[in-house]
Amino acid sequence: MNPKEIAERITKTPRFTSGHRMCGGCAAPIIVRTILAATEKPVVAANATGCLEVASTIYPFSSWDIPWIHSAFENAPATISGVIAAYEAAKKRGRIKEDVKFVAFGGDGSSYDIGIQSLSGALERGHDFVYVCYDNEGYMNTGGQRSGATPFGASTTTDPAGKVRKGKQENKKDLVRIAAAHNIPYAAKASVSNLPDLFMKAEKAFKVKGPAVLVVLSTCPTLWGTMPKDTITMAKRAVDSCAWPLYEIENGRCRITYKPSSKLPVAEFLRPQRRFRHVFMPGNEKELNEIQKRVDEGWEELLRICDGS
Amino acid sequence: MAAKGKTVPLTGNYAIAEAMRQINPDVVAAYPITPQTSIVETFSKFANDGRVDTEIVRVESEHSAMSACVGASMAGARAMTATCSAGLALMYEIVGVASGLRCPIVMPVANRAISAPINIHCDHSDSMGARDLGWIQIYNETAQEAYENVFLALKLAEHPDIQLPVMVCEDGFITSHCVQNVRIYDDAVMKKFAGERKPIHSLLDLKEPISVGAIELQDYFFETKRQQQDAMEKVPKVYLEVAEELSKITGNKYGFFEEYKMKDAEAVIVTMSSAAGTTRAVVDKMRNEGKKVGLLKIRLFRPFPYEEVARALSKAKNVAVLDRSMSFGAHAPLYGEIRNALYEMEKKPGLQSYVFGLGGRDLLESHVRQAFNDMLTGKVSREKRYLGLREASE
Ligand SMILES: Cc1ncc(C[n+]2csc(CCOP(=O)(O)OP(=O)(O)O)c2C)c(N)n1
Ligand code: SF4
Ligand SMILES: [Mg+2]
Repeated sequence: MNPKEIAERITKTPRFTSGHRMCGGCAAPIIVRTILAATEKPVVAANATGCLEVASTIYPFSSWDIPWIHSAFENAPATISGVIAAYEAAKKRGRIKEDVKFVAFGGDGSSYDIGIQSLSGALERGHDFVYVCYDNEGYMNTGGQRSGATPFGASTTTDPAGKVRKGKQENKKDLVRIAAAHNIPYAAKASVSNLPDLFMKAEKAFKVKGPAVLVVLSTCPTLWGTMPKDTITMAKRAVDSCAWPLYEIENGRCRITYKPSSKLPVAEFLRPQRRFRHVFMPGNEKELNEIQKRVDEGWEELLRICDGS
Repeated sequence: MAAKGKTVPLTGNYAIAEAMRQINPDVVAAYPITPQTSIVETFSKFANDGRVDTEIVRVESEHSAMSACVGASMAGARAMTATCSAGLALMYEIVGVASGLRCPIVMPVANRAISAPINIHCDHSDSMGARDLGWIQIYNETAQEAYENVFLALKLAEHPDIQLPVMVCEDGFITSHCVQNVRIYDDAVMKKFAGERKPIHSLLDLKEPISVGAIELQDYFFETKRQQQDAMEKVPKVYLEVAEELSKITGNKYGFFEEYKMKDAEAVIVTMSSAAGTTRAVVDKMRNEGKKVGLLKIRLFRPFPYEEVARALSKAKNVAVLDRSMSFGAHAPLYGEIRNALYEMEKKPGLQSYVFGLGGRDLLESHVRQAFNDMLTGKVSREKRYLGLREASE
């Protein structure tokens, strides 16, 4: 499906409406809309605490035109498990007939860190749902703290670029492969910069029987320190530099879904961002080189895993 | 009364599982923890043998157990779990969510001490630590009471005026694991009593999509919390209505508390759960000796029936309150409530706090007798006393 058709689909079924309070240029609403447009079946959503939840349902307003529940920061997968169990019971007892889809949205803090147990449990139990992590690489709702998804070298408020320690010194976790290790039918990495790819993956995720996980790069202009108008460009540079490769693992088989014709230097992705400003300061060339090296290694490894597809 | 059914030797946990079998909830999400474990084990066996068709969510933690129950409950399901101690502590955050979102979840609790030191035996520090989270709490002396009160709790929780979760507490091991004769009423009768949940709103109502759990800031949060308090204040009335309905089946009484030989009692012990059994035995013995002693056993701890308790204690000379937990640096929980209840009374009885049984330490008849003797001889003070504590020699 091309972007125009996707846009039409979104307008036809506005499941997440405008009027929410997310920042201008925030990628998360685009991701949510695209994914929710990828099925025509009724959808019930759970949402973890974070920017998306806080800014979309400030009582008495709600941007959700589908049944939606928020309970806490680390439990969206367990919450949707309960909703699904209620649905199964209602079906068994003849109270509902419709075929309903279930989705849970969580930020990276919720998905990679505090809620990873809840996610792992729900994946292991095999509930039929789509888990979406909109990954803005930090705890943004609370002001941009470090998460397990913050990339190497990035400056965050709890691990700032200081005089002796220059931001995060550890790698980002690989949530897609963690998810795939649960032997679920589908896990994929996508980006807000490639909506046809995201849409295709979301369609697959809704179609498979059992859990599916989508990890989607979600530009945060406010705390990455970029211009709202550059949200898509930034995410595209992440993909083209292979800092954020697009791939899927379907029934254990890994496939890269987009290969840049030529790899963009990662500096092109980092330079406009406030969180990487320090790596462009004189004397910090080492940091930039180290980031490039790790990105390259990650890409090489992925090529190996995906069998050179 | 139609006290049909059959009497069988059962543990408290098995009796609770029997209640759950008869209710056949839509969803059960639970995680094992001693001494609650045999509730989820027994119920899982019922499910896997096809004796119930409940959807069981075999969660990876109590945090997820309560989270799944909240999700299920908001999707219109009758959802249950069971836990205690560390499990209750782990789910604490979502225990507050459950009441805040007005989920009528029923949760048996096999009371067990809170770590550290780790200890698997009974005291009430777990559920007392959660007493201000907006749940109704019912404490049970026997397996029979626990079994019946699961039904009472269910109807109370789901009543349209209430919509609040309920903890049904039994003493870990003492009640959860000891075999007692329990009358299990006929399935058909109890199933009819339980009926079906009629949710006011549901996430599965696809035509009326709702948003559950929105953020409420300075402009709305306060009102929502006040509504929660209003619902709690309606509990006593509904509790008595449901109790009357249940009474018609069982012939038993379900007051907020039980008064035993209280009419002319000069020395009274107020306590909860299995300690009431020991106390009742001592009351009988001391009555035979001509001593005017009585027992007030609190069942409904949240909401607390202040006025009724004050009335019940109005004729006593001295009252001993026996707590199975502490509130460090403050009055023990039950003692604090009794003290509150007495505040408005013109002629207050003497009041004494005793703490007993932490971490499963036995409460002996001699301890109870000691407390009664203290009350009969007017040995009342502001200091906390301990029953059965090795270092303390009162
Ligand atoms: C148990 C708990 N710990 C901490 C918080 C505070 N908190 C709320 S949202 C949040 C960060 C959310 O980060 P993420 O999941 O990445 O979502 P984002 O805001 O970035 O979209 C934190 C730390 C909380 N609500 N609950
Ligand atoms: S802080 Fe970032 S993630 Fe949060 S709403 Fe603003 S742009 Fe979006
Ligand atoms: Mg984040």
